[in-house]
Amino acid sequence: MFTISTAPHMNSPVTTQTLMRDVIIALMPAAIVAVLIFGIGALKVMLTAVAGCVLFEYLVSKYLLHRGNTVTDNSAIITGLLLAFNLPSSMPIWMILVGCFMAIVVTKMAFGGLGKNLFNPALVGRVFLFISFPVQMTHWPKPSFADFLNTDVQTGATVLGILKHVDVQSSATALSNQGASLADLPTYTEMFLGYMGGSLGEVSALALLLGLAYMLKRNVITWHIPFFYLATVFVVTCVFWLVTGNIKYDPLTHLLSGGLMLGAIFMATDYVTSPMSTNGKIFFAICCGLLTVIIRLYGSYPEGVSFAILIMNAFVPLIDKIFVPRIYGTGRK
Amino acid sequence: MSAIKTFSIGGIHPDKHKITTDSPIREAGLPEYVYIPVKQHIGAPAKILVQKGDKVKVGTLIADADGIVSADVHSSVSGEVTKVEDIEGEFGWLETMITVKVEGDEFEPSIDRSQDVSKDIPYTAGEIVQIIREAGIVGMGGAGYPTPIKETVPFEKKPDFLILNGIECEPFLTADDRLMVERAEQIIIGAKIINKVLGIQNAIIAIDENKPNAIETLTNISRRYVGVNVQVCATKYPQGGEKQLIQAITGREVPPGKLPLDVGCLVQNVGTVYAIYEAVMKHKPLFERVVTVSGDACAKPGNYLVRVGTPASFLIEQCGGITEDVDQVVFGGPMMGTSAVNINAPITKLTSGILLLSKELTRHPAETACIRCGKCVDVCPMGLRPFAIACSVRDGFYDELKPLHVADCIECGCCSYICPAKIPLLDYCKLGKYELKKSK
Repeated sequence: MFTISTAPHMNSPVTTQTLMRDVIIALMPAAIVAVLIFGIGALKVMLTAVAGCVLFEYLVSKYLLHRGNTVTDNSAIITGLLLAFNLPSSMPIWMILVGCFMAIVVTKMAFGGLGKNLFNPALVGRVFLFISFPVQMTHWPKPSFADFLNTDVQTGATVLGILKHVDVQSSATALSNQGASLADLPTYTEMFLGYMGGSLGEVSALALLLGLAYMLKRNVITWHIPFFYLATVFVVTCVFWLVTGNIKYDPLTHLLSGGLMLGAIFMATDYVTSPMSTNGKIFFAICCGLLTVIIRLYGSYPEGVSFAILIMNAFVPLIDKIFVPRIYGTGRK
Repeated sequence: MSAIKTFSIGGIHPDKHKITTDSPIREAGLPEYVYIPVKQHIGAPAKILVQKGDKVKVGTLIADADGIVSADVHSSVSGEVTKVEDIEGEFGWLETMITVKVEGDEFEPSIDRSQDVSKDIPYTAGEIVQIIREAGIVGMGGAGYPTPIKETVPFEKKPDFLILNGIECEPFLTADDRLMVERAEQIIIGAKIINKVLGIQNAIIAIDENKPNAIETLTNISRRYVGVNVQVCATKYPQGGEKQLIQAITGREVPPGKLPLDVGCLVQNVGTVYAIYEAVMKHKPLFERVVTVSGDACAKPGNYLVRVGTPASFLIEQCGGITEDVDQVVFGGPMMGTSAVNINAPITKLTSGILLLSKELTRHPAETACIRCGKCVDVCPMGLRPFAIACSVRDGFYDELKPLHVADCIECGCCSYICPAKIPLLDYCKLGKYELKKSK
């Protein structure tokens, strides 16, 4: 007997599993840089987060949803890695596991598993930790190549933290116990390579861009979201910078610091929580960019990327309704 | 030659598998029996003119078109009619077929069997349409729309473009490719015949990039004919879709529910054009066609000139037969063809290929959850949102289908092909079209 199937009888070798595997490969450069810069602590955080996410996914899908093993689609590994990328290397293990629980159990599986969640799981995990444990989440070990095995390293402020602090000082109501000044800012080259304080995966623009190039080459994502997100941030800060001349608006610093690169390349492009049509993606990315700049410049937090993307995640169903592709034979004269 | 053109919305690049590009067209020979369906076209089945015991020759009219949207059917062999009854077709459904026991190979005397290329068209437009109708010609690209209707153009709607579709974007198939290489001049004369009917002077032969031989041959010969030009198109699926081809070549788009003629275009498959040439210049009705027998599990793939009604199994035997590797037999191309239940089913006027596919190629992976990647939206050549259609159909929200333009789906299968979660999106679209029609 022959197999009978409906057309098409050929299908693309790309599956959810291979797409997710490609994303994991794309995350590797940043993971390697994290270990090089932050030492063994970074490895510990990444392994804990991945193990935690995979374990929670396995337990929920097997014992709560009774739908078999969904771990094999590799998506939990990505969530784990992205969550780790958003944490400082000194994060205590039990807190990381709390973040994994928030990401996988609450944000993803409670909504029905892969494809059904409204918000980016890793970002919800990060924001939850950020609000619950503000001290640990803003305890940024200084980068150091020398002390590879030493987890008890010096800490300092992030680039955006310094800029925020400078801002506070200039408005003459300074709480000057922060001890950071403009002199502590890394150079552009250091920022590009990743030799600065910050979350594990966000520091090296170079490594993240390598990951982007790989994902574009493998057709995992399209260029629209990263490009329009980064371009919006760059253009808006550029306007501020040109008008005021204030260093806190320096567009290159904004582009290379904080979670922007990580967010624009790996978080905002998450399939499940981003729009499906190209026009929708562009609109989504521009809004993410605007919100990021507004939060960074006017919010009480130095960082804006996580909140910007989470806020825009909520608008995705609406964007998908409004921004639909042009149907052949319609909408033109 | 102008720049390479292509359509602007969507499209995919499946593996080509054009393994039979260089295999010349060979005669398939005669089987013991042929089974000729009376419905090989869109529209009403033809009225049967013969009964058991009748003697027929090659080219004898055995079933007459029933109305305008129907087509004549001719015998493809000489011999005796042994049965006129319902027989299992390729899907396993019963279809009315005329069974002829093959005896010798005697042609109707009116058929000119010489190989000379006749160039002068001795008929008027009206006579040509009549000849095409009497030859039982239908669109051989797969749709099976009776050709004379296409050619009978109301005077006020005279098209600006006659496009010959030589794209053949389905993987594996090379029947049109070989026809263009081996019968190039006849195809061009066929185009001039259609020109005469339409009262226009130009014809564009669209060929995709991966057929260098056909492009070269037709470009050289077309220099001798005024108004005939070759246009190279990008190798992209579904470049051969009528609407996609029109947009690629003219920049015009056919609005939903309209015909190509409404935007001044007429598209004909090159196989159909060749059949028109043979009907008009050689008085030969449509009773044979070129069929590609191929597939990764086919031992001896090739291109064959096959009499209509020949059982597919007769062809498959000549090409190495069914081996253990064969998992699936497909009539037509792998993207839009049909998976056969019964390989004794006959080749019809519309069968462009018989494919023997292995498990490694067809891979029917299990369906997983939609990850909202949007790839189906990116590849849909009609600009539809297959995932949204699938959701509406699955949840039974049929009133959402009309605004989603499901009726515009051309069933090319790009969405199902690309889906990483392997959701049968095309099936949902087809079901949606059906439900929409039912609700009207």
